[in-house]
Amino acid sequence: MNENSLDPSQPCREPTREELTRRLFLGKISLGLAGVGAAIVTLPVIGFIFAPLFRREPGVWRTVGAAGDFKIGETSAVVFLDASPLPWAGMTAKTAAWLRRTSDQEFIAFAINCSHLGCPVRWQPSARLFMCPCHGGVYYEDGSVAAGPPPSPLARYPVRVQGGKVQIQTRPIEIQRA
Amino acid sequence: MIRETFKMAVGWVDDRLGLSATLGPMLRHLVPHDARWWYVFGSATLCAFMIQVVSGVALAFAYSPSATDAYPTLQFITHDAPFGNFLRGLHYFGASAMVLMVGLHMAQVFLFGSYKFPREMNWMTGVLLLGFVLLMGFTGQLLRWDQTAVWSVVVAAEQAGRIPLIGEWVARFTLGGQTLGGATLNRFFAIHVFIVPALTFAFIGLHLLLVLRHGVAEPPKVGEPVDPRTYRANYQALLKKSGRPFWPDAAWRDVVFCVGMIAAVALLALVFGPPELGKPPDPSIIEANPRPDWYLLWYFAVLALLPHGTEKVFMVFGPLTVGLLLILLPFLAPSGERSPLRRPWAVVGILLTVTVIGALWVVGRKSPWSPNFSPEPLTAKIVGATSGPVFVGAQLFQEKSCIDCHLVEGIGGRRGPDLTYIADNLKRSDMIIRIVNGGVNMPSYGATLKPGELENLVAFLETRTKH
Repeated sequence: MNENSLDPSQPCREPTREELTRRLFLGKISLGLAGVGAAIVTLPVIGFIFAPLFRREPGVWRTVGAAGDFKIGETSAVVFLDASPLPWAGMTAKTAAWLRRTSDQEFIAFAINCSHLGCPVRWQPSARLFMCPCHGGVYYEDGSVAAGPPPSPLARYPVRVQGGKVQIQTRPIEIQRA
Repeated sequence: MIRETFKMAVGWVDDRLGLSATLGPMLRHLVPHDARWWYVFGSATLCAFMIQVVSGVALAFAYSPSATDAYPTLQFITHDAPFGNFLRGLHYFGASAMVLMVGLHMAQVFLFGSYKFPREMNWMTGVLLLGFVLLMGFTGQLLRWDQTAVWSVVVAAEQAGRIPLIGEWVARFTLGGQTLGGATLNRFFAIHVFIVPALTFAFIGLHLLLVLRHGVAEPPKVGEPVDPRTYRANYQALLKKSGRPFWPDAAWRDVVFCVGMIAAVALLALVFGPPELGKPPDPSIIEANPRPDWYLLWYFAVLALLPHGTEKVFMVFGPLTVGLLLILLPFLAPSGERSPLRRPWAVVGILLTVTVIGALWVVGRKSPWSPNFSPEPLTAKIVGATSGPVFVGAQLFQEKSCIDCHLVEGIGGRRGPDLTYIADNLKRSDMIIRIVNGGVNMPSYGATLKPGELENLVAFLETRTKH
């Protein structure tokens, strides 16, 4: 019988130095190979899941109406599509902005997201204030903070008038940083 | 004959699978004889988790995790599918039961000092499981994929954005890109249905393994502090002297309590049904009023009540500090007395936690900081005039949205002070200063009121007196 065979009737003996080295090698090579196998599977998975972090979508100009549709001094909600919606995004590809016409050729487009925690602010035309339903943030008509917890003014979208059409450039949701 | 054959078949299966040989010793492990009804909350949490797994798998047969289809499939499940309404209710109230049971289990373990030596890792894995339960609750609310769900994702992303250095990455990961969209729901579905349950299963396994390894902690006795040098020997002696096998001597109480809980959850699902779906998940519908489910409503209140300028720090370091304190608790008090009678601060801590969370929950339900966007109009009786400055002032009070934030005889919002008797507290000049300049929680109206409007508004407010 080979001395390395497992015979329960034989008393245990101390492994030789050669056997220890061999076991150490086999252990290490097994762990290393397992690591390689795990990496082959998990690296693409990590790349797939975290890809949205690194995708930068260029701003796209979206037409939101004819300039004549908006009266000077008034603020109204406009709806447009995100920069590059996924095919199954459906209605979630839509977003809104508060568009304020300040003069014949000048418009301001405010994000609807409160700068506190992102809830959609509502325009109260008679009070000329934006109010947030979540935690009571209030903004003046120029988007500056009027009251409550918002740390900064309402974010703005770039706006232009081309061929009599008002266009808003899409942009990511404004994330407040530390 | 048939009975004998059946017994032989069962015996064969048991022998080949090794069920009795493997599970038997686990089920019959000795537990302290006086570990009674206080000890049922852990198994009740596991039972609630199983309700979630079973009802969740059933719901997945119809639920389509797509930004376009999720809302209509939920409408179908709720209103058309046989048992769909009940199953959604079961899943909702099962989640509530799980949160409640994990809280009770944790409070019991804390009060009994069972987190001390040698069960530190039992506690730490339990804290992680608490985190998984809350994460499942939050992501589950998002899978409801109505308007509230959509805005809750944005709120979560904004909070994540406050994390130093990596905040924006975490926020974009939460959204699934630069904005809400097709990818958003899919990742919450994967997190809610695969990742968190897998982690929960794994940590429940580890938690139970640790219960078997260190045993169920005996009820604490005054004057019997934990001494790491002698505890294990004393515990083994106690089990040898008066221990009872877990099955069935202790397990029957778990079974009775769990079945009672299942019945309660089913009854609630039948009577109240699932939470009604809100408006469709269209981010361009601005009239939204997002609120979290009840178990996170208290935190919603915290975010509203934080002092100005502190929210950036709190949003990150608040939950982090609480989490770290909970995880490190066994190292802060690793030995010594376990009895709550000798640990008054532990009792105070639990009472304080329950009171604070309860109070915040009540405030969160009322959300007095949110403007009332559709208040009833002030009646002629309340206004007390049908023409003149007081009448015009009352009209302005409503037009300028003052009523959205202030109550007058029970009508209006609660964001600012009740103005029913404001003339008893403020002079005319003080009213003018407040209205024109505003304050921390009130906008300045100096630039928006036309000449004469301020006088009319103040004329109305001056009538608001008890006399």
